[in-house]
Amino acid sequence: MGRLVIENVGQSFEKDRGEATDALRDVNFEVKDGEFVCIIGPSGCGKTTLLRIVAGLDRADSGRILLDGETINSPDPRRGMVFQEYSLFPWRTVMDNVTFGLDMSGMDRKESRKIAEEYLRLVGLEQFRDSYPYELSGGMRQRIAIVRALANDPAVLLMDEPFGSLDAQTRNKLQQELLQIWESKKITILFVTHSVDEAVYLSDRIAVMTSRPGRIKEMVDVDLSRPRDRTSTSANKLRNRLLNMLAEENK
Amino acid sequence: MKTKPVSKKGIEIISLVTAIIIWQLIADFVIGNTFILPSFTDVVYAFIKIIEKGVLFTDLSISLLHFGIGIISALVIGVPTGIAMGWFHNADRAADPLIEIVRPIPPLAWIPFAIVWFGLTHISAGFVVFVGAVFPIIINTLTGFKSVSKVYVEAGKVLGCMKSTSLIRYIALPYSLPSIAAGIRIAMGVGWMCLVAAEMFGVSKNGLGYKIWWHYYLHQMDFVLVYMLILGFLGLLIDRVFRWYVDGKLLKWRKGVVV
Ligand SMILES: Nc1ncnc2c1ncn2[C@@H]1O[C@H](COP(=O)(O)OP(=O)(O)OP(=O)(O)O)[C@@H](O)[C@H]1O
Ligand SMILES: [Mg+2]
Repeated sequence: MGRLVIENVGQSFEKDRGEATDALRDVNFEVKDGEFVCIIGPSGCGKTTLLRIVAGLDRADSGRILLDGETINSPDPRRGMVFQEYSLFPWRTVMDNVTFGLDMSGMDRKESRKIAEEYLRLVGLEQFRDSYPYELSGGMRQRIAIVRALANDPAVLLMDEPFGSLDAQTRNKLQQELLQIWESKKITILFVTHSVDEAVYLSDRIAVMTSRPGRIKEMVDVDLSRPRDRTSTSANKLRNRLLNMLAEENK
Repeated sequence: MKTKPVSKKGIEIISLVTAIIIWQLIADFVIGNTFILPSFTDVVYAFIKIIEKGVLFTDLSISLLHFGIGIISALVIGVPTGIAMGWFHNADRAADPLIEIVRPIPPLAWIPFAIVWFGLTHISAGFVVFVGAVFPIIINTLTGFKSVSKVYVEAGKVLGCMKSTSLIRYIALPYSLPSIAAGIRIAMGVGWMCLVAAEMFGVSKNGLGYKIWWHYYLHQMDFVLVYMLILGFLGLLIDRVFRWYVDGKLLKWRKGVVV
């Protein structure tokens, strides 16, 4: 189960001289169990801030977040997170990165390696199990970061522009892989992106945010059948609609 | 850095041999006085003598004992102190002024107290080494811990590593290991110098440093020079072994990082 309710969440950051930046104001939406929701919005509108609050890394000034009816106020392995920047532990091998969460839960080493091995096979990187992160390409690192979060068997996966720094080709490939994983694991995904194209290809619904202070401008349903064709006319139409909405915000 | 071609290895050997020949010639034909400058062959004979008498082994093991006492106690006290100061803001605030006041005192200034507190014992010599070695270890552990990237701590937290002790053990400590290792290297260098001086100033009745002083009183400068060279080589050896172990085994993951 992984039903996420975001209720009246607001957050502001104190600056010097007592001023404050309003990062988020009155954010309300819901992510159903097993749903794939993307958040798009202008840069600096509070997407990362929102995701960090859902992860439990930051506390919101107001409002609350519920996962299956329970209030979130600290990090928990039930909510996996893939960060905007590279976050693999450079001192651990690929295998030891993937088993990290399982090791922390006190699982037997043999067992955790077996599970990690399965996940590595899922993304085709099993022959890199003994490599260190510096030996991997950017795309491989993000694959491992995703798999590391998945190994904990989370109900919700939070992803902050995980493919932002990758080239277009690798990006498309990883999007496909992610969809396959999402379909087979039936987890809930909340995914932040800059790319309208990515949002249209991936999500069931798209939360479009206003510029700062960030609110939900509109929740857009993506009524495209899967597997999706990136170039279909209906996808194009939706992309244009979203781009217009973002253009309004960037004015 | 694979095996070097022979021609390159040759340069180092030629340089060493030339230096020895020039040294021998100056000592024999320019100075002509073993008290002022013992020649290379004098030193070799002296070296053979201390090996034949078997004193070298005793001196070596005594000095390494002093060194070991100092370095190990510096590690046992320095690493946890640095960790506490690097992780807990209040520990840093409490300990920092004390450390900043004590740290600039040259380790050798502690020799009178070392003798008063511990007498002419191995502990006393070890204590002087400890004073020299403990601060680089504290400082480097502290800076290592302070530079831990937030993203690794947060990644640890969302993966279920929540307690301070676990975060220290599984995230901050491995992250800081290169910095701590660099601190230990500096500490061993400083400790080695303190060791020799401490033994010379009478903290110990044995050891390589003590022997330098003793042979000086006997006006045996060839023996003084032998012990000096042994100290140099041993210091080099300790540093090389440590680096080989740390870079090759502990810090393999750092090959991608430009030092
Ligand atoms: N720790 C912080 N302290 C102060 N201000 C912050 C902090 N974190 C975020 N902010 C501010 O909050 C606002 C939202 O930041 P956030 O990182 O959430 O934006 P974002 O939507 O993720 O942007 P991007 O798309 O560029 O990643 C920004 O104005 C930023 O300056
Ligand atoms: Mg962001």
